[in-house]
Amino acid sequence: MTVDLVAVERKIWSGQASFVLASTTEGEIGVMPGHEPTLAQLDDAAVVRVDGTDGSKTTLAVHGGFLHVTPDGVTVLAEFAELSEEIDVSRARDALRRAEGEGAEGAAAAERANVRLRAAGAAE
Amino acid sequence: MAAQIRVLRRRIRSTQSIKKITRAMELIATSRIVKARARVEAAKPYAEQMTQMLSELASNSALDHPLLVERENARRAAVLVVTSDRGQAGGYNANVLREAESLQALLREQGKEPVLYVIGRKGVGYYRFRRRQVAASWTGFSEQPSYSDAAEVARTLVAAFMAGAGERDTAEAAQEADAPVEKVESVDELHLVYTQFKNMVTQTPASRRMAPMEVEYAEESGDAGDARPATAGDVKPLYEFEPDPETLFDALLPKYIGARLFAALLESAASESANRQRAMKAATDNANELIRSLTLESNQARQAQITQEISEIVGGADALVSAGSEDR
Repeated sequence: MTVDLVAVERKIWSGQASFVLASTTEGEIGVMPGHEPTLAQLDDAAVVRVDGTDGSKTTLAVHGGFLHVTPDGVTVLAEFAELSEEIDVSRARDALRRAEGEGAEGAAAAERANVRLRAAGAAE
Repeated sequence: MAAQIRVLRRRIRSTQSIKKITRAMELIATSRIVKARARVEAAKPYAEQMTQMLSELASNSALDHPLLVERENARRAAVLVVTSDRGQAGGYNANVLREAESLQALLREQGKEPVLYVIGRKGVGYYRFRRRQVAASWTGFSEQPSYSDAAEVARTLVAAFMAGAGERDTAEAAQEADAPVEKVESVDELHLVYTQFKNMVTQTPASRRMAPMEVEYAEESGDAGDARPATAGDVKPLYEFEPDPETLFDALLPKYIGARLFAALLESAASESANRQRAMKAATDNANELIRSLTLESNQARQAQITQEISEIVGGADALVSAGSEDR
């Protein structure tokens, strides 16, 4: 199936994939070819994994995203999205530390930083 | 005479350095147009997908979201004006502001009170000079807007709009009690005034209503028409929604507004650069013309000075010669 990862400012990734894993507001969802058509809201900060047919694994941190499964493929729409290799781990760590210092107000920011770290495979 | 030449030379030199600046600005603007247009293109897939998702949802959800419903006797209408941060862009800002004025006049005619929201330093300056009240303003990103800028503006506007929706539901008395607590100025309509980028030579100011909005539904592919009544059930795939359609709709619509606003900002940025490029090209051409005529003038002055000197020498020599002959 064709998978498109589309952020507001650009198309991030597009290609053939055999499996998509994402976390929606209702829980985790795994999509394989032939999945029933679905519209889902992703977590405010979510990790999305796409397994390409060529064996590649693409991981992204997605903020404010939606998942759209059609009979032909999957589209992930995101306000902001970063590929795992684009994520600046040290900056994400800094952001996490800052956000944790702010207590309750920084909870959303901390969650975002956490997701970026998880996507980059660098979470503690 | 010598003084005049010196003045002319000085003017030529200063015109030349002005020309260097305008030329540089022209080149920068040219490269910015290309970039801005590329970004307009890059932002298209998202807008298309968004529209597609909304049309799927719309067929599965009641269309009574406040962002979609026309409000009876709307009183206040927000007008978001997109201007530039810097001048030197020809008529760009003047055109947008004129369009904004005519929209406000129209709204007043309809009995609505316009509430101003401004993007760009030039617009802020314009309204401050006229002592007009601006509800909120954002500056610093007019040439290279990012989505987070658009999202922030959209958040403020949607909040103001939704505050208006809450007011409708409560009674008049409760409304007065609510308003100070919320501290959000409520509006009943959202309008956007920006500059459309048609092509490199044509950019026109345009006003759009953002809310209550009409969603542009994606075209049904292929067999719409006579086939539809019979196969209405299986033309559309049955969708699974997570969470329910209404919640999804609530989450999607503000983002849709954000995406549309972002597209408008990008177009305005491209238009601004195009206007600046044209203005700076005209300035460079004028500088060239001025340098040419000043050079001509200074050459004439120099020649006149030489001619005068020669005639003075000749005259002096003649006088000496005739004085000598009288002596003998």
